[in-house]
Amino acid sequence: MEQNNRKGWLYLLPAMLFLGFFLVYPLVDVFIYSFEEGYNSASQTYFGIGLYNYNYVLHDPYFLQALKNTFILVAITVPVSTGIALLISVGLASIKPLRNLYQTVYFLPYVTNTLAVGLVFMILFKKTAYTDGLANLIINWFGGESVDFIDGPYWAKMFVLCFYTVWAVMPFKILVLTSALASVKQDYYNAAKVDGTSKLRIFTKITLPMISPTLFYLIITGFIGAFKAYSDAVALFGTNLNAAQMNTIVGYVYDMLYGNSGGYPSYASAAAIILFAIVLTITCINLLVSRKHVHYA
Amino acid sequence: MKVVLQNLTKKFPARGKGNKGDVIAVNDFSFEIPDGKLIGLLGPSGCGKSTTLHLLSGLQKPTAGKIFFGEDDVTDLPAEHRGVGLVFQSYALYPHLNVRQNIMFPLENLKGKQKLTKEQMLQKTEEAAALVQLEGLLDRKPSELSGGQQQRVAIARALVKMPRILLLDEPLSNLDARLRLQTREEIRRIQKTTGITTVFVTHDQEEAMSISDLIVVMKDGVVQQIGAPQQVYDEPANLFVAKFLGTPPINVFEAAVKNGWLYIGDEAVLEVPGVSDREATAAIRPEGFVLNENGKFTCQLHRVEVMGRDITVVCGHKCTENPAIRAIIRAENKVDTACPTVRFDLIRQKVFLFDKQTGERIGL
Repeated sequence: MEQNNRKGWLYLLPAMLFLGFFLVYPLVDVFIYSFEEGYNSASQTYFGIGLYNYNYVLHDPYFLQALKNTFILVAITVPVSTGIALLISVGLASIKPLRNLYQTVYFLPYVTNTLAVGLVFMILFKKTAYTDGLANLIINWFGGESVDFIDGPYWAKMFVLCFYTVWAVMPFKILVLTSALASVKQDYYNAAKVDGTSKLRIFTKITLPMISPTLFYLIITGFIGAFKAYSDAVALFGTNLNAAQMNTIVGYVYDMLYGNSGGYPSYASAAAIILFAIVLTITCINLLVSRKHVHYA
Repeated sequence: MKVVLQNLTKKFPARGKGNKGDVIAVNDFSFEIPDGKLIGLLGPSGCGKSTTLHLLSGLQKPTAGKIFFGEDDVTDLPAEHRGVGLVFQSYALYPHLNVRQNIMFPLENLKGKQKLTKEQMLQKTEEAAALVQLEGLLDRKPSELSGGQQQRVAIARALVKMPRILLLDEPLSNLDARLRLQTREEIRRIQKTTGITTVFVTHDQEEAMSISDLIVVMKDGVVQQIGAPQQVYDEPANLFVAKFLGTPPINVFEAAVKNGWLYIGDEAVLEVPGVSDREATAAIRPEGFVLNENGKFTCQLHRVEVMGRDITVVCGHKCTENPAIRAIIRAENKVDTACPTVRFDLIRQKVFLFDKQTGERIGL
């Protein structure tokens, strides 16, 4: 028994070492930095210990802007992308001809480079001296005024960012949901049909509970992914996100470390810990809500 | 509710490049199911019995032919408007709902005039649960029930809205041997109590024979014979039906009729007056043998199996297509196991003759 125990730990060792070095140690380190005032990574010195970094970050207008942007992004893109992905998956599951073709088409964005797609979005939405962009052409066609989505008003930029994020995260969700839907046994649908169940009721009372574990997984990872958004904003608005009012929390952390205003690892750490706390809280809330609504077979 | 099937045919389009022509799952099936009876659809895998059930339920549409429930033509009526109760082979209980919610599910679907109040629904649910003896288990999830209990939940769910007909797809195939005996009695009892016309599908002939009022034997989509179980057993219409019914299976021999006598090998074993001379297939039920030292039919004795109530004599014959001949005789008989051969007389009612080519029955 004792022998076996030691063997077990031995087998776990590589994974524990890796996780320890690359996950636990940095997390603890960041936590410590966040309390060290004016930490300098080159000289390994700091002035004092306290809540100064948090105080600074929470009063920094750039951080508050980033916080607001991130929350708007999360609040819009997670429900919208999950909802649309669900609709498309249910649609895909109910058609026979061309299903494979559609599945491929819907999955393409997943294997496409973020920055390249960002460029395409920029061309679609950007207003230049030569053209107003395709999006504006459509708006004009419906009798609307041209809007500059890339350098224009805040809501327009936020719209493009959300649109882009939804578009980018959807393929994976569709893929996962389609396979979850396919794993629901046809017998359940047949039983419901024989009992005269309406389509809507079949969806809410059978399909949704049956795929609820998958849906829940997508919502949790969706929240976490959206809170960590950064590259999408860069792809659309360039690296000076603070100027564009389009920064995100992760973007703020990056700027504090390496950006023009870089060289502030303490502030970056404090911002990262705040993000960590937010994600942890939201995930816990998700878990609590899921107890009632997720049905594991 | 009587159910009429008129020239019912279901074809499935052939799949794959090499296959030509359609697969005919059910071929020209006509039958009138009398009101309040229990019907067993019996046949080997792929004979079209489940397809027939699905046609009755409305989950599949027939290629040709008509279905009537009473006087109503329901051929084009989708499943949800037919008012049938269907019990699936897998039971298809919703795993996220408890027993009460599962049974109540069909009631909650009712609309318009049929709509029930919450109290009525709960009451009907309780009644259905009582009918299948599930009281006390209503708050459990399906995963917390045994196979037999799940089966009964499925039946209760099918019965709760008082369907016009009840359909059961291989209802006993997921149960162990003991539970199977118990459950088939249960199905019979429930069917008698409710008086609902019931059709069930099985590949187990014993199951079909034991509880059905009528059995329908199918093969390759074609109905072979319809009748009361005993009648089908005693008067099989063709060789397939004779071979399919009965355990141990019927003993089949190559035989010939010459001058009014049935010959198996060189021996004239039974007088068959009025049958013209021909080659034929003879089939003898295991209980059709009578031990007799001076009997006309000689077999090579292999061994004797004692079952207590009766004895099975296992023997061989050069003309049989069975791996071994099994003759069941009363336990009082003494078989001389030292002797290499054993002789029998045959009971006329237990011997059937079939055409060698078509397998159709030749009257004795």
